[in-house]
Amino acid sequence: MTVVGFALYALIGAGALLALVRLALGPSLLDRVVATDTLLVIISAGLAVYAALERSPTVVPVLVVVSLLAFVGSVSVARYIGGMLLRSRTGDGRDLGLPLAAEAQGEQP
Amino acid sequence: MTALADVVAFACLLAGAALCLTAGLGLVRFPDVLSRMHAGTKPQVLGVLLVMVGAAIRLDGWANAWMLLLVAAFQLLTAPVSAHLISRVAYRRRHVRRDLLLVDEFRGAGHQDVWYQGDEPKDAPPEEPGPVQPS
Repeated sequence: MTVVGFALYALIGAGALLALVRLALGPSLLDRVVATDTLLVIISAGLAVYAALERSPTVVPVLVVVSLLAFVGSVSVARYIGGMLLRSRTGDGRDLGLPLAAEAQGEQP
Repeated sequence: MTALADVVAFACLLAGAALCLTAGLGLVRFPDVLSRMHAGTKPQVLGVLLVMVGAAIRLDGWANAWMLLLVAAFQLLTAPVSAHLISRVAYRRRHVRRDLLLVDEFRGAGHQDVWYQGDEPKDAPPEEPGPVQPS
């Protein structure tokens, strides 16, 4: 039991440490976004492993919050990087990935 | 019965934890954003499913099982959405090593920025990619 617990925590801790290395090294912002997403998933896996080893369901609602937070964080930072485009090539913002409704409103005189 | 359930639960937990370690290794060793995302998505789907199955077996109650199932379903729903957003921005921002791609269906179709100021990596391909090399 304790050997299995130690092996589980070692595997998850090593994965989290390697994700932290990529988070520190990452040459661009998107690498850090990917590393943060993976790190939060590894953290939720660690919480679930703790709950399973201790048979204590107190951290189970925290899992829902952490998975929500990973999704919202990565999507919002990805949208932010997509909005950092400085110049539109086609002139109407179509290459910025704007939705069709926004383009149609932009074309009206 | 309980011993068998514990063995199954620990096997699932060990497989999920090993997938977390492979995600970390892939994040450190792979060359660009898309391949790092490929490595990092392994624990997001299969690892989380395995860990949730193991925890649901160990926690032994329907309320906890439903909440863990909620977490797994949420991961399955949101992982493609965030991966799509990140990979689209990565392709547009020239974070992709295009010399390592075997098939590039968006080449020359205006899906990449020509002018660019931002956080591109040091090994980003040049702004105007050359002609397609026949393979």
